[in-house]
Amino acid sequence: MCKKPKTLGELNKGETGIIVKVKENYKISNRLLEMGFLEGTRVEVIHEAPITKDPIAIRVRGAIIALRRSEAQLIEIENE
Amino acid sequence: MSRVKVALCGPPNSGKTALFNALTGGRQKVANYPGVTVERKEGVLTTPGGKNVNLLDLPGAYSLNPKTLDEKITHDVLFGSLGGETPPDLVIIVADATNLERNLSFVLEVKALNIPAILALNMMDLATHRGMRLDLKLLEKELEIPVIPTVAIKKEGTHELFLAIEHFIDTRSTQVLPKPANSKLSYVRDRFQEVDRILSKVIVTKARPTLWTDKIDKFILHPLWGSLTLFLVLGLMFQAIFNWAALPQDWIKAGVQFVKDIITHNIAAGPLCNLVVDGVLTGVGAVIVFLPQILLLFLFILFLEDSGYMSRAAFLMDRTMEKVGLHGRAFIPLLSSFACAIPGIMATRTIEHRRDRLTTILIAPLMTCSARLPIYSLLIAAFIPNTVIFGPIKLQGLVMFGLYLAGIFAALLVAYILRGVVFRGDCLPLLIELPTYKWPSLKNLGIGLLERAKIFIRRAGTIILALSIVLWFLASYPKPPVGATEPAIHYSYAGKVGYAIEPVLKPIGFNWKIGVALIPGFAAREVMVSALATVYAVEAKGEEVETKLGDILAKDWTLPTALSLLVWYIFACQCLATLAVARRETNSWLWPVFMLTYMTVLAYAGSFLTYHTTLKMGL
Ligand SMILES: Nc1nc2c(ncn2[C@@H]2O[C@H](COP(=O)(O)OP(=O)(O)O)[C@@H](O)[C@H]2O)c(=O)[nH]1
Ligand SMILES: [Mg+2]
Repeated sequence: MCKKPKTLGELNKGETGIIVKVKENYKISNRLLEMGFLEGTRVEVIHEAPITKDPIAIRVRGAIIALRRSEAQLIEIENE
Repeated sequence: MSRVKVALCGPPNSGKTALFNALTGGRQKVANYPGVTVERKEGVLTTPGGKNVNLLDLPGAYSLNPKTLDEKITHDVLFGSLGGETPPDLVIIVADATNLERNLSFVLEVKALNIPAILALNMMDLATHRGMRLDLKLLEKELEIPVIPTVAIKKEGTHELFLAIEHFIDTRSTQVLPKPANSKLSYVRDRFQEVDRILSKVIVTKARPTLWTDKIDKFILHPLWGSLTLFLVLGLMFQAIFNWAALPQDWIKAGVQFVKDIITHNIAAGPLCNLVVDGVLTGVGAVIVFLPQILLLFLFILFLEDSGYMSRAAFLMDRTMEKVGLHGRAFIPLLSSFACAIPGIMATRTIEHRRDRLTTILIAPLMTCSARLPIYSLLIAAFIPNTVIFGPIKLQGLVMFGLYLAGIFAALLVAYILRGVVFRGDCLPLLIELPTYKWPSLKNLGIGLLERAKIFIRRAGTIILALSIVLWFLASYPKPPVGATEPAIHYSYAGKVGYAIEPVLKPIGFNWKIGVALIPGFAAREVMVSALATVYAVEAKGEEVETKLGDILAKDWTLPTALSLLVWYIFACQCLATLAVARRETNSWLWPVFMLTYMTVLAYAGSFLTYHTTLKMGL
């Protein structure tokens, strides 16, 4: 059975994952990589904005990066 | 040979500004890059060997593959492709030692350009405090550029930087051309692999994670407490600009008045005395009276930025602001505009993206600023009965509240339309780093404040002063004939214009006297009250003016006229200083003219509708 891959955009606060793939061919793909969202990197959702739970704050490579869920959707992850 | 040019570059929050201040002692010249709204900051540093070097503080960039206007400038300057800007001979790359896993990628990117470079490894105090130990010699060998540990806020490492710059000057060969940057995805991946390889070699002991930032964030970004804190911070800021600034503003007014009195008593009455007192001094007063508000607002903003809170506020507000197509960072400038649009517009500098910034600048003057209050309270007291609506809620307060709401609503609507029509294009994605919390350095706050004050006085001040003198001239010449019965303003150019525009004002219920008062009132909203007093020849002093004037107006105007003028005041752009600041901040006359036009159209339409609806209702 083929399951749709999980993305960073679907994680709740406190959940973690390992990046498997950053979707290419988007204007923002490049910047996501530059901000440290690289394949094999561990990510953790450490904060959510109030009410909408969007944007989210991610711990990645020792820094905290804030981004919207729509962009986080381009980052595919797997469970640790 | 021309002076050597050194550029500071690095990711946001790595300490570029602090290092710039440490190296130059805060001596700096601030201007804009030609044709754009990005700030260009240059200073001179003197090395121990007596060499003078120009130091340029480049805007923060996460990478050389530009996504914002700021980043494009940094990119273009480094590549020497920005018109009128020679490429730097040497770059000092500033990196945050506590954040090397990410910052080193930028270092490698700049290094790959082949421009001579030095790495300033900043925030070493924090790194050491967190137990990090690095083999700097090995790092130097790996990077093949000099690496100098610094603590910018304590001026540590500046001497070594000076020496490295001197060494560069002494040994420098012919200038090399920068290589094109490679932003291919595979290259970015390779670069990070290289970062990991280098770090695994040079890090002797890893830094402990900062518990502080996480602890503070638990509260600051908490769904309930976080929102409450944001509310409190903003409330305090609003309070400061609105109330705390009032006292120093009164001193300034009193001071200007004091000087005016001295001059009136010591120079023979006549045109010269009038020019100096009513033209120049009034103009100067009109400029410096804004300083307390500007300084207070920027004290807050600089503190919030340097401490790391500003990015968090943008994070918390992102969704709300995005609904009308504004950036999360537009929130603070817009809120400040409730006190005064001038510091508000200056505060839009924190918005990196041009479209977002222009939209914010254009709607800022629709927020009900404190200069509208005198006329609001005059008209409400004179025309609105203070009947109890419900419990403690009375009609007058309700009307005031309605006026505020109308301003906010109009601003959001205009933002929405602007984003849909003029500044099309998708919203810039929010993708920012939330830096660790830091205690701001007082000295850097001071230098930053001084810089804002200078910019305001030099750039906006000159325009405000010049226009104030023109308006004074229009309102005082020609002089009334001998035996004139009416107040002097009737005979002046301003009076003539007032009569001339009466046909245009009639459909919105304004008589010619309002027209006359609108002319000085164009310089600043609050002047309208004293202008009306002049036109209606009210003879009273201080507080009494308003009550007396109120009585006269209540007899002379109908309710539809008063309501129409109130609505006019919600929308009309009656503030020279705002236009002058918008001109300075957007670096073009187009946007202030656009601002004036759309606001006048809104005001006229709003007043027209109000006047005729209320007439029909038989009020
Ligand atoms: N502890 C410490 N704080 C620093 C150092 N350099 C800068 N800071 C602080 O870091 C924050 C960001 O610095 P700033 O110069 O504004 O960074 P920029 O965004 O690169 O211009 C400010 O609060 C500074 O006071 C340093 O070497 N040590
Ligand atoms: Mg800076």
